[in-house]
Amino acid sequence: MKRVGVLALQGAFIEHEKMLSSLGADTVEIRQLRDLDGIDALVLPGGESTTCGKLLKDLGIMSPLREMLNNGLPVFGTCAGEILLAEKIDGKSSDYLATVPIDVKRNAYGRQLGSFNTVSEFKGIGEVPMTFIRAPYITSVGDGVEIKACVDGKIVGAEYNNELAISFHPEISGETSIHRYFLEKMVR
Amino acid sequence: MAEESKDRVQLNRGLAQMLKGGVIMDVTTPEQAKIAESAGACAVMALERIPADIRAAGGVARMSDPAMIKSIQNAVSIPVMAKCRIGHIAEAEILQAINIDYIDESEVLSPADDVYHIDKTRFKVPFVCGARDLGEALRRIAEGAAMIRTKGEPGTGDVVQAVRHMRKINRQIHELTALRDDELFEAAKELQVPYDLVKSVHDNGKLPVVNFAAGGVATPADAALMMELGAEGVFVGSGIFKSGNPAKRADAIVKAVTNYKDKEMLAKLSENLGEAMVGINAEEIKTIMEERGK
Repeated sequence: MKRVGVLALQGAFIEHEKMLSSLGADTVEIRQLRDLDGIDALVLPGGESTTCGKLLKDLGIMSPLREMLNNGLPVFGTCAGEILLAEKIDGKSSDYLATVPIDVKRNAYGRQLGSFNTVSEFKGIGEVPMTFIRAPYITSVGDGVEIKACVDGKIVGAEYNNELAISFHPEISGETSIHRYFLEKMVR
Repeated sequence: MAEESKDRVQLNRGLAQMLKGGVIMDVTTPEQAKIAESAGACAVMALERIPADIRAAGGVARMSDPAMIKSIQNAVSIPVMAKCRIGHIAEAEILQAINIDYIDESEVLSPADDVYHIDKTRFKVPFVCGARDLGEALRRIAEGAAMIRTKGEPGTGDVVQAVRHMRKINRQIHELTALRDDELFEAAKELQVPYDLVKSVHDNGKLPVVNFAAGGVATPADAALMMELGAEGVFVGSGIFKSGNPAKRADAIVKAVTNYKDKEMLAKLSENLGEAMVGINAEEIKTIMEERGK
């Protein structure tokens, strides 16, 4: 059974755990450095990226985790998770994980009144419902990044080697296909 | 239209899900908002006076100046909440017009209506409301609240009421889950809430929205206690900026919420925080805010 760590510092981590369990994965909550031992993959949930980023640093998880991602640990980040993975945030170099060569725009759709649901194409899966909550989008991608989804001309999903980053929340809409894609195609 | 409002319910409850495991801090200036954000707050509540000062000042407490709220919105990237008076539809409309992320229809302010709460289903913006028991929580949810918090007794630094409310709500949820299906109609009557919500709690063993602790949280240990009792996150009002070293205390409370199960870490976090807010014993006060809006 695949053992998937879910970063549980803050945010909607329980929703991801339920979804992963329903797909037959074993989940473990990551709250401290020692929790990273023995995981086959990692999910970075939605939440507040400033909160999670600060806690990752203060708890001493950031650097070891960055090394694990660079060494091939499969990772799937949603919304705030996408921000943590991005090399650049609003055009500036990020000091979070920064392992995916993309530039993200934070709160790109504005405040809560700009949050929305839509249905759009996800490459390799087909049409999927997408829930955007104070979401970021990707303004540019570097070499080797595959664009997985676009909404109204903005990039909202990207894959880079072992890393998958999306702007929306399948764990809120209950859409399992992207988690299944991650487990089947990216986690060995 | 029906489809659109269903979308809003999901998006608004969804934003509260993103706040889980986090700390929402009361702030009165952009500088305090920045301190809160760098300490790891998952949202801030913008208000002119924190509950302890509202209590000290007496008189009528109203919605804050929109210009002051906007200055806080411009200072941080995390969600910004603001309070309106219970039943004050116009204050809520003003807050929606300035693009607030969440409205707290709050007993901390003087109630504008002593009978009716706002019909929150008519708003696009999400609302959080206080509750002392399951009946209050489900009535607020029926009115459209997308998030619930305990009322506690605001501005006291005394956590006893928040503990009482959290224990009571969770005990009543457990009692509901133990009932037979045919007993739920009577339960709905006793709780004075719609049957559908009773059925939802019975089937899922939890509220259909996120439930935070609020009222009287002043230390990392208080925050950890509320998480232990089943809170999904914590509001800290007067506790931070009424204390000796706000930045350090805010930082410690954020970490205490994330790692509330790790007692060694809690001990370390509780060291050398400087003076806590003075606090008033909840039994010594005259204005009982938790009695407002039932």
